[in-house]
Amino acid sequence: MPPLEWQIVRFTLAVCAFSTLLILPVGLATAWLLDRYHWPGKLLVETVVTLPLVLPPVATGLVLLKMFGRRGPIGHFLSQHFDIDVVFTWRAVVLAAAVMSFPLLVRSARVGFQGVDQRLEQIARTLGARDMRVFFTITLPLASRGIVAGIVLAFARAVGEFGATILVAGNIPGRTTTLSLEIFSAVQLGHDATAYRLLVVCVVIAFSAVWLSELLMKKRSME
Amino acid sequence: MKLAIRQLSLRLQQFTLGVDVDLQHARTAIFGPSGAGKTSLLETIAGLRRPDTAKISFNDQLFDDSGQNYSLPVRLRRLGYVPQYDSLFPHLSVERNLLFGSNGKPKDHTLEFHHIVDFLDIGHLLDRHVRSLSRGENQRVVIARALLSAPQLLLLDEPLTSLDAKLKNAILQQLQTLHREFGVPMLFVTHDPMEATAICEEVILLQEGRIIGRGDPAKLLG
Repeated sequence: MPPLEWQIVRFTLAVCAFSTLLILPVGLATAWLLDRYHWPGKLLVETVVTLPLVLPPVATGLVLLKMFGRRGPIGHFLSQHFDIDVVFTWRAVVLAAAVMSFPLLVRSARVGFQGVDQRLEQIARTLGARDMRVFFTITLPLASRGIVAGIVLAFARAVGEFGATILVAGNIPGRTTTLSLEIFSAVQLGHDATAYRLLVVCVVIAFSAVWLSELLMKKRSME
Repeated sequence: MKLAIRQLSLRLQQFTLGVDVDLQHARTAIFGPSGAGKTSLLETIAGLRRPDTAKISFNDQLFDDSGQNYSLPVRLRRLGYVPQYDSLFPHLSVERNLLFGSNGKPKDHTLEFHHIVDFLDIGHLLDRHVRSLSRGENQRVVIARALLSAPQLLLLDEPLTSLDAKLKNAILQQLQTLHREFGVPMLFVTHDPMEATAICEEVILLQEGRIIGRGDPAKLLG
């Protein structure tokens, strides 16, 4: 595989891993709050969190472009105060991947939390555990099946992300080109060999992610 | 021990649990038929249920006072609760379950740990996975875990139910001597007169959420 393609593979893996890590704490907190508590505006948050799943990715990309562009409210703020540009940089690739995969993580983690017997959390409290300890030693491990599935889904969704990315990050060789964007370009330009090589890479990544999560779960259930 | 429950009121599906009682005996049974409100009473004392009204204190430590909207957090009550349902943490080994309340590290066991483990005869189970335990082993580990958290009172909710006669007798004997051995008082919920008579000094009779009698188990239930 030519060095340029390797660079694209490395870049894609790095931004997808980074975006998944980035949404993990927020996603878990959101899933937990949605599962355990009733609060005003909960339905609104549920709907907003699900939106990227049902909106066309290009539409989500357009919203992100308008918000994070230099003249957009968030983009202007970041540019003025922190000298950070988002659109058409690697940050935009991370942003698009994070937004598009967030609902999948939240939904899956929420199912995980729903499956936890809350009486066990109560028992942990009778044994003197603080809420934080209960969460990290009881709730989180018992919800791990849903959480790991959510992480894998989120990562896989990030690798496959195309529509929002191309709008908000463009397809700048060496800067924002991901596997999906490169496959699209290769097909457009008639570079079939490149497209098929990258297709194989995609399959290997997807296979490895699912296989790893299954392995982790198997290990967990044998413990 | 001195457990004072004042004007406890908790609305349940069929009736309202209404209890006003002082308990002093170290081994007290709460006896009554299924659905009498025994478990709800125990859960309220443990802080797992919020009563509509109540003032509950244990050895002068206030647990609940609905008048002041006060409820001591469950973790600060230091009550060893042994529920009816499976309560071992399924993702932890027996040893990790036992050490959960004492924050201890594996292979770094205290004398108290050995004492409790030997007393309940569960030393050979330490490395086992919780799912591989029999019902009787499971119950003994739950009791040991509660004891290891250094509770000031043990709350036992029908711990001998669904055990066969031989196992029931074995654990019954352990429960009989448990107070003498560790000095922890206990509230023992049961619907079996034999268990109440064998283990406890006093029995409280509960029916449809009301106390309808109290006294010596042998006289009241015998």
